[in-house]
Amino acid sequence: MSDSVAGSLAAEKNFYQEKTHKGILAWLLSTDHKRIGIMYLFSMLTFFLIAVFLGFLMRLEMLTPGETVMGAHTYNSIFTLHGVLMIFLFIIPGIPAAFGNFMLPLQIGARDVAFPRLNLLSYWFYLTGAILALLSLFTGPGPADTGWTFYAPYSLRTGTNVALAVMAAFILGFSSILTGLNFITTMHRLRAPGMSFFKMPLFCWSLYATGWIQILATPILGITLALVLMERWLGIGVFDPVKGGDPVLYQHLFWIYSHPAVYIMILPAMGILSDIIPTFARRTIFGYKAIAFSSLAIAFVGYLVWGHHMFTSGISDTSRMAFSFLTFLVAIPSAIKVFNWLATLYKGSIDVTPPFLYGISFIILFSIGGLTGLILGALATDIHVHDTYFVVAHFHYVMFGGTGFVFFAALHYWGPKMFGRMFNSKVSYIAWGFLFVGFNMLYFTMFVLGYMGMPRRYYDFLPEFHSLHVVATVGSWILIIGIIIMFVNLYRGFRYGPRATMNPWGGTTLEWKVPTPPPLENFDKIPEVKHEPYYHPRNQEERQ
Amino acid sequence: MSQAAELTMEKHYDPIGSRIGMWLFLFTEFLLFGGLFLLYAIYLNKYPEEFHYGSSQLDQFVGAMNTIILLTSSLTMVLAVGALQRDRRKLSIFFLVTTFTFGAAFLINKYFEWGHKIELGIYPGSQELTQHPQGEIVFYGLYYAMTGLHGLHVIIGMVIMLFLLYFLLKKSHRALSIKSNQIQNLNGKRLLLSDETGKKLWKSQEITSEVTGMDVVVKGVFTEEQLKSSEVKLENSGLYWHLVDIIWIFLFPLFYLVSM
Ligand SMILES: [Cu+2]
Repeated sequence: MSDSVAGSLAAEKNFYQEKTHKGILAWLLSTDHKRIGIMYLFSMLTFFLIAVFLGFLMRLEMLTPGETVMGAHTYNSIFTLHGVLMIFLFIIPGIPAAFGNFMLPLQIGARDVAFPRLNLLSYWFYLTGAILALLSLFTGPGPADTGWTFYAPYSLRTGTNVALAVMAAFILGFSSILTGLNFITTMHRLRAPGMSFFKMPLFCWSLYATGWIQILATPILGITLALVLMERWLGIGVFDPVKGGDPVLYQHLFWIYSHPAVYIMILPAMGILSDIIPTFARRTIFGYKAIAFSSLAIAFVGYLVWGHHMFTSGISDTSRMAFSFLTFLVAIPSAIKVFNWLATLYKGSIDVTPPFLYGISFIILFSIGGLTGLILGALATDIHVHDTYFVVAHFHYVMFGGTGFVFFAALHYWGPKMFGRMFNSKVSYIAWGFLFVGFNMLYFTMFVLGYMGMPRRYYDFLPEFHSLHVVATVGSWILIIGIIIMFVNLYRGFRYGPRATMNPWGGTTLEWKVPTPPPLENFDKIPEVKHEPYYHPRNQEERQ
Repeated sequence: MSQAAELTMEKHYDPIGSRIGMWLFLFTEFLLFGGLFLLYAIYLNKYPEEFHYGSSQLDQFVGAMNTIILLTSSLTMVLAVGALQRDRRKLSIFFLVTTFTFGAAFLINKYFEWGHKIELGIYPGSQELTQHPQGEIVFYGLYYAMTGLHGLHVIIGMVIMLFLLYFLLKKSHRALSIKSNQIQNLNGKRLLLSDETGKKLWKSQEITSEVTGMDVVVKGVFTEEQLKSSEVKLENSGLYWHLVDIIWIFLFPLFYLVSM
């Protein structure tokens, strides 16, 4: 801990003070991985907040039976947009593009990623995709109303602006591929001397597995979306039943990407948690290799389970059983991680700081989301709850309760390092209380609603569902209050808070060994790595 | 400082790293076409007769010719890479131009082939094609989508070749860049260029405090370093071009020979 004071006193300029251009161009033209990471972070949070607002509108509509604030068609457009923004602009680029960009080179002891200019290019792709997605709202015949899945044949027929939205997703896919490619090459080529693959922090391992999914799955989405465009513009007929095409094939191709994509969303979150837990349990991680390899196992088995989205789409019994079985298999590596985290906490000297609290919520919420995933993966029960609120609740428990909460945890954990200032911990705990209560009120109610038969994507409901819908909507308000408190607190902290030290949390990985905020080239001298990443000297000796 | 700092960062390039990056990118290309091959396999299975009939309507001769053109272009691409590895820059440029020409020939053939079909009214969404059985509509849909996407890749490959020609022909080289901490010592002084007899050739303006970085550029030479970096670039574009070739090697039998 002796090095923790030196950080803010370091004479060296931090990366904010080193500008290549004037004004906003210092950001838009910078190839520095830290600036790119922060650009991603702010762009994503903007879209996240817009999408939260859309979610708020949807819940408002469901407050009373019949039309409350909008008609059926508007509702369709809003849930489509909510999905597209959240999935393609927030949670898929999410952790890798924002925190991965900033932290990966620091964690492996490198000055930048392998291809800094390609990194900037992938941000530009992201920006272009985002602008196209927004343009699709205000131009042409109105925003897409297909849902974020763009299912054929409706996506081929609807008069709304599907083409632009699809193009946006296509370009965002490019951005995602380039990020994955860059990270994998970085980890192969730029690790500091002494840092073998098995001495990398587990966040890096999760980015490595994610990178492979980004590279190997995203092109399938690319070609599928390109074919939708060709269908709409030229009518080539491959997904159009009138011309001999088969719309179920669209679903296959779409889910061959989009199931692995949920692991693009969740794996990096698991990686961050694997960094946070040892820091605040003050001991090394339990089962390092098991966690590292389970990331790869998830990446691999995750490829083979896409059919579980299509149990009611008319695929054969044999393939349904195979997909169901494989879906059960993919739960195993996730469970391995959960047990290893718990084993790390066992007999650790736990320090419940805000990052830890937000992070640990993952284990509870993700476990609920994961176990209900098994209900959906089982054939008989899936038929009952397919396309109901049960699916919506499951998805939000793993994505928001899992990735979302870890994203918040990462903001608290790494934010002081990135921005150089500290937030108010007390307010963070209060915000967490609102978030946690609101979240469960909103989404657990949806499990019940779905189980009772409330279908998803309807702007109206039967009277017997009314009281539960009121509970969920009130939950959404509490959740949003939590989000607002948290962001206001973080903003105030990172803007005006007290200066953060070099290592405020007592972390052991390399990013805590550079000044806060880091200088342009990260390390004066590339460090030599001697220990495993979560080496806590004092505690380890006591234990022996 | 930062401008110069960035320059030193860019300069440190890593041939193995860029090769890894290229291979990863090639994987994505294989998977991109993989989706289309998957569709082809399924529809061939669903409409075998229509696919065989559709295939028999394509011009096998033009297809074969294009196959030969692309295969030869892959050879000349390899020769261009090999020539540069032996530091024979001009030979390398010659082979690169040859490869480019083959690519253009391929596209011209493709243009006439497609043009002929379109003249007959056979293209996606045409009045004529809707009269045909469903299997044929799908066959031609895939035909245009797959050969079209492949053609796009040929064009991209050719654009990359133009960039490489530019790199191989460009005659300037940044020999030295001076960073801000060094340049502070030069404040108020001038740079002087003189030959071995001490005769002054050129004198610079006074270096003021506004100057934060400086590059010394020597024109008209090809340095070792520059050739090495072009070599990696050329090698990677060669890989890309072979990918374009390999994909065609699958497309050719699937569309032109499946009826035989
Ligand atoms: Cu899935």
